[in-house]
Amino acid sequence: MSFDIDIAYRRGTHDIALRLIAKPGLTALFGPSGAGKTSLLNMVAGLLRPDRGHIRIGDETLFDSKAGIDLPPERRRAGYVFQDGRLFPHRRVRDNLLYGWKLAAPAQRWITLEESIAFLDIAPLLDRWPATLSGGEAQRVAIGRALLSGPRFLLMDEPLASLDRARREEIMAMIERIRDELQFPILYVSHDRSEVERLASSIITL
Amino acid sequence: MVSSRSAIGDLMLTPEEWAIVLLSLKVSGVAVMLTLPVAFGLAWILARGRFPGKLLIDAIVHLPLVVPPVVTGWLLLLAFGKQGPVGHWLDHWFGISLMFRWTGAALAAAVMALPLMVRAMRLSIEAVDRRLEGAARTLGARPARVFWTITVPLSLPGVLAGVVLGLARSIGEFGATITFVSNIPGETQTLPLAIYSALQLPGGEALVARLALISVALSLGALLLSELLARRTGRGGPGHVL
Repeated sequence: MSFDIDIAYRRGTHDIALRLIAKPGLTALFGPSGAGKTSLLNMVAGLLRPDRGHIRIGDETLFDSKAGIDLPPERRRAGYVFQDGRLFPHRRVRDNLLYGWKLAAPAQRWITLEESIAFLDIAPLLDRWPATLSGGEAQRVAIGRALLSGPRFLLMDEPLASLDRARREEIMAMIERIRDELQFPILYVSHDRSEVERLASSIITL
Repeated sequence: MVSSRSAIGDLMLTPEEWAIVLLSLKVSGVAVMLTLPVAFGLAWILARGRFPGKLLIDAIVHLPLVVPPVVTGWLLLLAFGKQGPVGHWLDHWFGISLMFRWTGAALAAAVMALPLMVRAMRLSIEAVDRRLEGAARTLGARPARVFWTITVPLSLPGVLAGVVLGLARSIGEFGATITFVSNIPGETQTLPLAIYSALQLPGGEALVARLALISVALSLGALLLSELLARRTGRGGPGHVL
């Protein structure tokens, strides 16, 4: 499976026109703040609507302005890890993790709660409230929540931005495992060159 | 209704006082319960909607807050009286009349409570982080599920605040009620109206004081209860009503 994206978007001073074909593995979108990297992820996730163009994943079309196709976000099966975690503050960690898992069809799930807990090392956090987590803990839970929702591709928006050095190393190793073991496409936004060079299978500069 | 008078210091309520308190609670409780969905819907539209005429709806909702209550009561009388458009329709099709009934008192209280409830709920809906709703969508939740699992729980402290403000306003409602449904003991005579009647009676001072104390106690109790509820439900967010 791969991404085939060709979109144009313009709002005020924001002007994005982009064409990319991303192979399986991790494709890094690299560039300065304000280049529209997050907007692009939002368009792939269905949270932002391009003016024209198309977004395809494998042989399924998520968006096509000519054909009038625009799948709502809940049907795109994106595993979106946001820069700020965006955990639900009124649900404990366990319920955050299970939010998408419960909504996914059984056939779409490819990881269990137990597996994700072991993989991300978050067993001690399950009964905590998101407000009590550190940045690194929250980011690991956010990754777990995205994986558990049964996605077929991942969108990661600077998942390391809020972390200190030790935690960055830990999460990077985790992302490498996801990249190598799951073999599905990942769009990864960053403005840190060393991070991108280490993780990316291919790099696209915006 | 003042046949058996008790001293100010007597902690037990007389049957007459109980009747007044229960009627007040019934009227304000029904008023707030019926207003809750309407107020939430209006708050939602005002917080999230973008359409021409929004300013006008906003202004109309707030009207009972600034118009003299006696005018609101008179307008209700015009609309819901036997000859009024709504009153005539209700009477003709359902045989219902709100005139001089406790249900009319509840309607008056509901109209007066509406602006306060809408204001509190609107603020709390506006405070919900919409990016969390987007996150829920990407996790597979349809808009209706996002509404019930994310938006409603996160705006709950404000909804509770709205309910308490509405209750307080309803229990205290006077002008619109006495204009619309008059002051009938046992039917429309809520606490403030009973206090007003007692003030007209020679030697009614003790009863006035007791009823006034009861209203203060009721209002205080409602505020404390809502604060406790908000603290229990508002984890991770600002969980305060007071």
